[in-house]
Amino acid sequence: MSAADREPAGLIGQRVPRADSRRLMRGRGRYVADIALPRMLHLAFVRSPWAHARIRGTELAAARRHPGVAAVFTGAEFAAICEPLIGVARNRQGHKSAPQYPMAIDRVFWQGQPVIAVVAASRAEAEDAAEQVVVDWEPLPAIVDAEAALASALPIHPELADNLAFAHTILVGDPDKAFAEAAIVVERDFVFERQTGLTLEPRGIIADWNPGSESLTVHHSHQSPFQMQDVFSRHFGIPEHKVRVVTPDVGGGFGLKINVYAEELAAVAASRLLGRPVKFCADRLESFLSDGHSRDHRIKGRIAVTQDGRIAAVEIDDVSAIGAYGMALRFNIAEGMMSITSSGAPYAVANYRGRTRSVYVNKNLIGMYRGVGVPLAVAATELLTDLAATRLGIDPADFKRMNYRRTEEMPCMTVGGLRLDGCSFEACLDKLLAGMDYRALRTEQASLRQRGILRGIGIATFVEPSAYGPPYYGPTEARISVQDGCTIRLEPSGVLRCLTSITDQGQGTLTGLAQIIAETLGVPIERVEMVSGDSAVSPYGGGAWASRGMTVGGEAALKAARALKENILLLAASITQMVPADLDIKDGEVVARHDGRAVISLADVGRIGYFRQDTLPKDLNVELAVTRSHVANHQAYYTGNGVQGVHLEIDPETGFITLLGLWAVDDCGRVINPLIVDEQVRGGIVQGIGAALYEECIYDKDGNLLNGTMADYLAPMAAEMPDIHVDHIETRETTTHLGAKGIGEAGTIGAIGVIWVAVNDALKPLGASLCHQPFTPERVLDAIRAAARDASASLAPRTE
Amino acid sequence: MMQAEPSDEIEISTIVNDAPVTRRVKARQHLADFLRDELGLTGTHLGCEHGVCGACTVRVDGEVVRSCLTLAVQIDGRIVQTIEGLSDSGAIAELQVAFLARNAAQCGFCTAGMLLTAHELISQRAAATRAEIRDFLSGNFCRCTGYQAIVDAVDEVLRRRAGT
Amino acid sequence: MKAPKFRYVRPSSVDDVYPLLARHGNEAQILAGGQSLLAGLNMRLSTPALLVDITGLKALDFISLVDDEIVIGALTRHTTVLNSPVVRQHVPLIADAIRHVGHVAIRNRGTFGGSLAQADPAAELPACVVALGATMVLGSSDGTRRVPAEDFFTGLMQTDLRPGELILEARIPAQRNGRVHGFAELSRRHGDFAVAGIAALATLDGARIADARLVYFGCVDHAGVARHISAALIDQVLPLGSTEALLDVLRRDLMPADDPTMRADTKLQLAAVLTRRTLNALQEGPVR
Repeated sequence: MSAADREPAGLIGQRVPRADSRRLMRGRGRYVADIALPRMLHLAFVRSPWAHARIRGTELAAARRHPGVAAVFTGAEFAAICEPLIGVARNRQGHKSAPQYPMAIDRVFWQGQPVIAVVAASRAEAEDAAEQVVVDWEPLPAIVDAEAALASALPIHPELADNLAFAHTILVGDPDKAFAEAAIVVERDFVFERQTGLTLEPRGIIADWNPGSESLTVHHSHQSPFQMQDVFSRHFGIPEHKVRVVTPDVGGGFGLKINVYAEELAAVAASRLLGRPVKFCADRLESFLSDGHSRDHRIKGRIAVTQDGRIAAVEIDDVSAIGAYGMALRFNIAEGMMSITSSGAPYAVANYRGRTRSVYVNKNLIGMYRGVGVPLAVAATELLTDLAATRLGIDPADFKRMNYRRTEEMPCMTVGGLRLDGCSFEACLDKLLAGMDYRALRTEQASLRQRGILRGIGIATFVEPSAYGPPYYGPTEARISVQDGCTIRLEPSGVLRCLTSITDQGQGTLTGLAQIIAETLGVPIERVEMVSGDSAVSPYGGGAWASRGMTVGGEAALKAARALKENILLLAASITQMVPADLDIKDGEVVARHDGRAVISLADVGRIGYFRQDTLPKDLNVELAVTRSHVANHQAYYTGNGVQGVHLEIDPETGFITLLGLWAVDDCGRVINPLIVDEQVRGGIVQGIGAALYEECIYDKDGNLLNGTMADYLAPMAAEMPDIHVDHIETRETTTHLGAKGIGEAGTIGAIGVIWVAVNDALKPLGASLCHQPFTPERVLDAIRAAARDASASLAPRTE
Repeated sequence: MMQAEPSDEIEISTIVNDAPVTRRVKARQHLADFLRDELGLTGTHLGCEHGVCGACTVRVDGEVVRSCLTLAVQIDGRIVQTIEGLSDSGAIAELQVAFLARNAAQCGFCTAGMLLTAHELISQRAAATRAEIRDFLSGNFCRCTGYQAIVDAVDEVLRRRAGT
Repeated sequence: MKAPKFRYVRPSSVDDVYPLLARHGNEAQILAGGQSLLAGLNMRLSTPALLVDITGLKALDFISLVDDEIVIGALTRHTTVLNSPVVRQHVPLIADAIRHVGHVAIRNRGTFGGSLAQADPAAELPACVVALGATMVLGSSDGTRRVPAEDFFTGLMQTDLRPGELILEARIPAQRNGRVHGFAELSRRHGDFAVAGIAALATLDGARIADARLVYFGCVDHAGVARHISAALIDQVLPLGSTEALLDVLRRDLMPADDPTMRADTKLQLAAVLTRRTLNALQEGPVR
C-alpha cells in the first residue's frame, strides 16, 4: 500500500457538524431573494385562471403606463427569442410532448400557466400593474382525469395524436399462468394523490443579461448550475461560455429545484430584452400553482402467492397524470417508469407484468421529487405482500424474509429490471425487528384488539437506486452530466481549497466532502474550504439529485485528495531532502513516517511552492492543485436498501391516525457522517409521513386548484411528528474507493409504504382496506363504513 | 405614536437590533420587507407571506411575531430584534451551539424562526417537556429536518439550564 | 403577494375612530391584531382604501372581574388571555380554548375582539363566548349597544356589527359553582382551524345533566347555541353510550356544508363523537 492508500482512523464516519450551519444560523445566508443588483427589476406574472382556454386578446396599455413599470411582455415576444422546451426522452420509443414556450401564446393548458410578464421597479408595483392587464379568455373544456384523458378523442394538444405521453410494459415469465394457478391472489387499486414538494424557500431566479459583455449571469435557486447553463445557452442562443449560473444558498431542493421551468426562462427572456437584471421570486401562491408537482397515480396491483408463502407473480398497472407537458430534461415519465421497475425489488419473483402509461391532463406539470416512482412501488409491493401473508396466516415479517433475494445471489436483477448488488435485506430486517421490539408490539396489538383499540404495525422493505449514471441518462440525449469533479489546491497559507461540482441545499454534502478531503490529506477539517455552485468556477459536473453527492462527488474528492497528497509529499521531500515514501501528513504538518516528527508545515510547503521556487531543483514542477472526477459508467446506478417499521393507532370513531413510533434501518454503504445521514433519513421520513397522511393538491373537475395555500395544503408540523429511530448496516459499495451509496431519498421511499401497510394492518379486524393516499380521517371512516356495509350485506367470504 | 391623518407614507422611528432607525415607509409595506429591503437584514425570510410558515419570525417588544403579518408602520416606537441582532448579541448562543451540534439546521431557511421561537420558549417555560416543545414550535414549518433534531436541541438547552 | 395600496391612520382614542369609519364607510377596515386581515391583504383578497389601526387604544386592552363578570377588552391579546390567572379561575372554558388558537406568534398579536369580529366558523372564541352566554358591548358615534353573543354571530363570517361600529369588550358571566364546562376540538394539526369542535357548559346533578348549553365550531357556518342537542341532553345520565342517538339530534342543529376535504356527513359524525366524549369527560376533567 502506498502512503496515499492507508486509511487512518479519522473524520470519515464522525459526527462532524456542518460548517455552513454557522452562517445560516446567524441569519447570514444568501438566498436568491436576498440578492440585489444595480438597476434590478422585478417580475410578476399574469397567470391563467383557467385550466384550459384560448387567449383571444389582451389589453396591456394600462399596465404599461402603470407607475414603476419597465415593460409588459407577451408569450409571443419571448417565444421569438427562446427555443421551446421539449420534454421528450430520445431513447423512449413513442414518447411525445408538445413544445413549451416560456409563456403561453394563444392557449393555456393548466391553471396558473403564465401568460403575461410585468417587469417593474418593485414586486408590489409589478403586481399592481398585473391587475391592470385584461385578457380576453375563451374557456375550453378541461380534462383532469387521466383515464378520461386517455379515452378522449380530443387531445389537449392538437398537434399530438392523443394524450398518451408514453407507455411501457415489462413482461417477465408468464404472469397470466401464475395468476391462474395461484393459491392466493391479492388485488388492490392504489390511489396516490397529487402533491407538491413545498421547499420553504420558493423558487427564485435573477437573470442578468449584460449587453456590454453579451453575457448572461444567472443567480438561481437550483440544484444544478451546469444543467441550467446549458439550458440557457441553447434556448437563447448564447454561447455556452458566455453564460454563468451561480446557485447561492438554496432553501431546500428535494428534486423540485432540479426541474427546468418555462417561467424561469421567461425571466431570462425579460432580461435579454431589457438589458437589465430581472428578478423573479415565486411567491407561495404561485409555488402551489406551478412548482413541479409529484405523484398523481392510479395503480392496479396484484400478487399471486403459493400456499406455502412464495410469491409467484406480481402485476402492476400504473396510470400517471403528468400534467400538460413533458418536463424537459427531467422527463416526468420517470415516476411511472420507476414505479414499474422498482416493484417487487427485494423479492424473488419469476413472473411479472408492469405497465405504465403517462398521460397529459390540464394540470400543472409533474417534475422530480424525492423518491420519484420508487415510493409508489414500495407501497404497492409491501401492502400486497403484507395482505398475502395475512391471508395465509404467516407473519408479514417472516413472509418477507422468506421471499427476500439472498445476498449470496447478488449481483442479480430484480423482476422489474433493477440491479441489486450488496443489498442486505435480512440483516436490516433483523436489526429493525429487534430495535422496535416487533414481537412485543404484535402481542400488545393483539391484546388491545380485544378492547376495540386499533393498532397497526407495518414493515416495509425497499431498494434505493441512487446516483444514476451515463447508462441511464446518456441514451435519453438529455444534456445532463453525471460525472462530477473536484479540484483541490494547497494555498500559500496551508489551507486546502476545494472546488466541487456537487451542490448542497442543506443536506450537508459539502461537509461530507470536507471530511473525506481532510482525512485523506491529514489536515484538520477547519483547514478545508469548500466552494461550490458556480459554473464559471466549479469543475463541470452534475450537482445534486438522485442522492449522488457522496457517492459520486465523494469519490472524486477522495481521488483528488490522494493525488494532491502525493504531490505535496513530493514537494516536501524535495524541500527537506527526504524521500516521499518516508513522509506523511498529520494534523496539517508533513511528518516523518517512522517517528511522527514534524518536518515542515503545509504553510511552508505552500510558501516555498508558490514564492520560493528559486530554492527548488530547476526541473521540479509540482502541481499544487489537482482535479479528479468520477463517473459511474459500469452500472446505471448504485443500489442501497433499507427497511422501516411503524407503529400507529387509528381512532375508529374519528378516523384520526396517531403515529406512536417509527424505526428505520438503512444500508447506504459507508456512512460518511452519521449526524448528517441520520437527519437526512428523518427529514425524508417526515416528507413520507406528509405524503401518506396529509398532503394532496386538490383539483376540481374543471382543473381549479382548491387548496393552494399553506393553511389549506397540509404538510407536517412539529406537534404531530414522532421521534424516529435510525440505525444502519454498512455494506460498502465495492466499485468505488469510498464505498458510499446514496441515502437522501431512502426516508421517503420507505415511509410512505410502511404507513400504507400499518394503516391497513390496523383496519384488518374490521375487514376494512384503505388504498387512497393521503389517509385523511374521512377516507379512514369511509373505509370502515364500507367494510361494515359489506359485512352485513353478504355472508359469502370476500374474494381478494 | 399616533397617525392622526390617513396617509400612504408614514415616518417611523424604531430601534432595530439596538440601533435607532428613522424612515419613511409605505403604509402597505410589511415589516419583513422593511427589514429585508430597507435595512438589508435579509436573515428574516419569506416562506409564505400569509402567516403560516413562521420563516419571517422576528421579535417586537420582546415577543415573537410574524413579520409578514405586521406592517412596518406598526413598529413605530417599538423595539425590533431580528436573527442578526440576537446572534450578534449572543442572546441565542446557547441554542445555536445546540443546533449546530445536532444538525438542527439544514437548508437554514426556517432556522431564524425556529431559533427565535425556541428562545421565547426557553425564556418562559424552563420545565417544558418534549411534547410541549413540539407544541410551542408547531407554528414553524421545516421541510428538511423532520423536527426531531430541533426538538432535541431545545430539550438539551432546557435540561442544561435546569442542571439535569 | 404584496398588499395592494392603501392609506393608514392610527387614531389615539376611540372617539377618533368613529368619524373615520363614518367618512370612509366600507372603504375602511379596522386593523387590530392583523393576523387575518394582513394575510388577506397579502393575498389581495380585499382592497380597502384605508386601514384604521386601533391598536393604540390602550383603554381597550384589559381583563377585569366586575361583579361576577369577566370583562375582556377587544384589544386584549390572546397571549394575555392565555396567561391570565383571572381567566383561568373564572372562565376556565376560555383558558382551555385559547391554547388551541393559532400559534405563539399569532397569539402575541391577535386580539380577542378581532377574533370575534372575524367570526370564522372554525374559530374557538366565538363558540366560547356564545356558550358562556356573554354580552358583546359595541361602540359607535351613537354610544354603546349591547348584543347577546348568541345573537351576535349571524352567518358565515357575519356579525351583527353595524357600519361604524366597533367591538369594545365582551362581558362574560363567570363560571360559578355547579357549572362545569367541556371543550374539545379535532384538527389535523395543532393550531389549525378545527374540523369539528365543541364548547359546552352544563350543570350536573350527580351524573344527571340538569342543564346544557352546547356550541359547535368547525362544522357549522357560524357560532350559535345548538338548541336541539342542548335540550335533548337534559335529564340524560352520564356516561352517554350512543353516538348514533346524538347524531340524529345534531342533524337538526348542524347543517354543515361539504368542503373539498370533508363532507357534511363526516363533519356530523365527528361532532357527534366529540359531543359524547366531551360530555362524558365533564365529570373527570378535560378531554384529551
